Amino acid sequence: MHPILASRGRLALYLTAWMSLVALFVSILALAGVVGWVEGAAVVGPVYFLYSFFCLSTWHLCRAFPLGVARTPVLVAVLAAAPAAMSAGWVAVLSAHASFAARWFPTVDQRLAHAGPALFGGGVFFALLAIAMHYVLLAFEASREAQKREGVARLAARDAELRALKAQVNPHFLFNSLHSISALTSIDPAQAREMCILLADFLRLTLAVGDKTSIRLGEELALARNYLAVEKIRFRARLRVEEDLAPECDNFVVPPLLLQPLVENAVRHGVATLSDGAFVRISAACASGALRLVVENNFDPEAPPRRSGGLGLKNVRERLKARHGAQARLDAAPRDDVFRAALELPAQTEEPSK
Amino acid sequence: MIRAVIVDDEDLARAVAREFLSAHADIEVVAECSNGFECVKTVQELKPDLLLLDIQMPKLDGFEALELLDAERLAVVFLTAYDQYAMRAFEIHAVDYLLKPFSKQRFDAAIERARARLGQSPPRAADLAAAARGPGQFLERIVVQDGARVHVVAADKLDWVEAQDDYVSLHSQGREYLKQQTISSLEERLDPSRFLRIHRSVIVNLERVARIEPYTKDSRLAILANGTKLPVSRAGYARLKEMLDARG
Repeated sequence: MHPILASRGRLALYLTAWMSLVALFVSILALAGVVGWVEGAAVVGPVYFLYSFFCLSTWHLCRAFPLGVARTPVLVAVLAAAPAAMSAGWVAVLSAHASFAARWFPTVDQRLAHAGPALFGGGVFFALLAIAMHYVLLAFEASREAQKREGVARLAARDAELRALKAQVNPHFLFNSLHSISALTSIDPAQAREMCILLADFLRLTLAVGDKTSIRLGEELALARNYLAVEKIRFRARLRVEEDLAPECDNFVVPPLLLQPLVENAVRHGVATLSDGAFVRISAACASGALRLVVENNFDPEAPPRRSGGLGLKNVRERLKARHGAQARLDAAPRDDVFRAALELPAQTEEPSK
Repeated sequence: MIRAVIVDDEDLARAVAREFLSAHADIEVVAECSNGFECVKTVQELKPDLLLLDIQMPKLDGFEALELLDAERLAVVFLTAYDQYAMRAFEIHAVDYLLKPFSKQRFDAAIERARARLGQSPPRAADLAAAARGPGQFLERIVVQDGARVHVVAADKLDWVEAQDDYVSLHSQGREYLKQQTISSLEERLDPSRFLRIHRSVIVNLERVARIEPYTKDSRLAILANGTKLPVSRAGYARLKEMLDARG
């Protein structure tokens, strides 16, 4: 929708401004002796007032050739040709009107024909003024739109980050691990100590990455490995961990704790639902500018429903969207008894500049 | 002698319970189970007095397992890592609930309470499961035992239910399951926005109702999508019409 036609207030303002310009133009013609005051008001004024509506069409021109995007020679050619063509057309309209009006205002058509260049110049000036105004309006709207979009994105990003931080350490994991340590103290003190240290390392890593906006994939994978080492002690032989990691991907950066919820889900909905054990498979690959991370696990499709499901995936999706928009995606779905969560994001070696 | 069964899917968690129980000379651990199915089978076979029960487990969770147990004398102590919902409800009926990790002292206190409870007549296990689930949580799965097998019927696959004396007959995907439960107690546990008692002896899944036809002067028939005809009482019709109108 045309920004001026869309609002009555704007249209009124535009027409008022235009009328003053037309009055000025007619006055100049009258003072120069080309037309009388009455002729100016009756013949030239109305035609140039109608020209204001014609000039509104330059909006389409401005949108088709945006400043800073269209190439300069093209822009100069368009900005010269369009007002000239518009003005020439309007001079023709005026002369047709004048020859009609010559019945009441003798020789007005001849006098206006002599002043042709001045009328043409005026028309070009008006058209250029309309074009300039439309460019200003477009720039104004674009900046307002950008501000709005940026505000929304920033809010979403902050929300998602906050929730990620809150969900950092899953209480189930923490309490169950502590319970396993409690069991091991009498059965196998050495392993109890080992689990304490693994758990401490995991907590330390989690705290350390919490206030960063990006970490190396290698660090995120180390965190996941540490987490799975703790869970392996808890679930013993029931948990099998498989890795298929391309080492060259380690230096790309990811938002911290992006992979972690997927790995935790794989344990919670996988091995925790299967008495006979389950696998968690993590793979990382990078090709043609994209980083692809996949977490897979088998699960029991008929397991009792678990509370608080789906929040982790939603959170990961929101964080990806806030940071990379349409350039990143998370596909997560079960197929038979295997759940597969695949992350794809731009392969970047450092944080995108703000 | 108190005969105890430990139910937890984690080896180490069972080891803690076993270790702490070994200090009680009057308690014998007769079995350990690692999932809900085993728990149901073992408890029915061995009829223990004391059940140490984890909640989140493979196959059937602790609540679902309890639901199938009708042991007259069974003291249940829940063992759970973190479960706000259950905690509130446990205070009503369970002998005790222990939050992992728990100390030996806390464990012993729970056993002491179990001993006291075993002297009295405990509530039925199924009632305990119902109470533990708490208000506002409706059944998503219904567990039914058929001999040695346990069937799990998802609530959204349940077409209709018919009362047969002390039993309910559950109809799901062309199959029929018989469960010992009254229709009123099942009605209470089902989500009232999805299931409706349309007759003294019938509960229907609203999504399955295709149309309603007049039958006698005072009654109507609900025709399900699969062609099944169910009686609708006058009061049932008023409720059914209201629900179906509300759903559009």
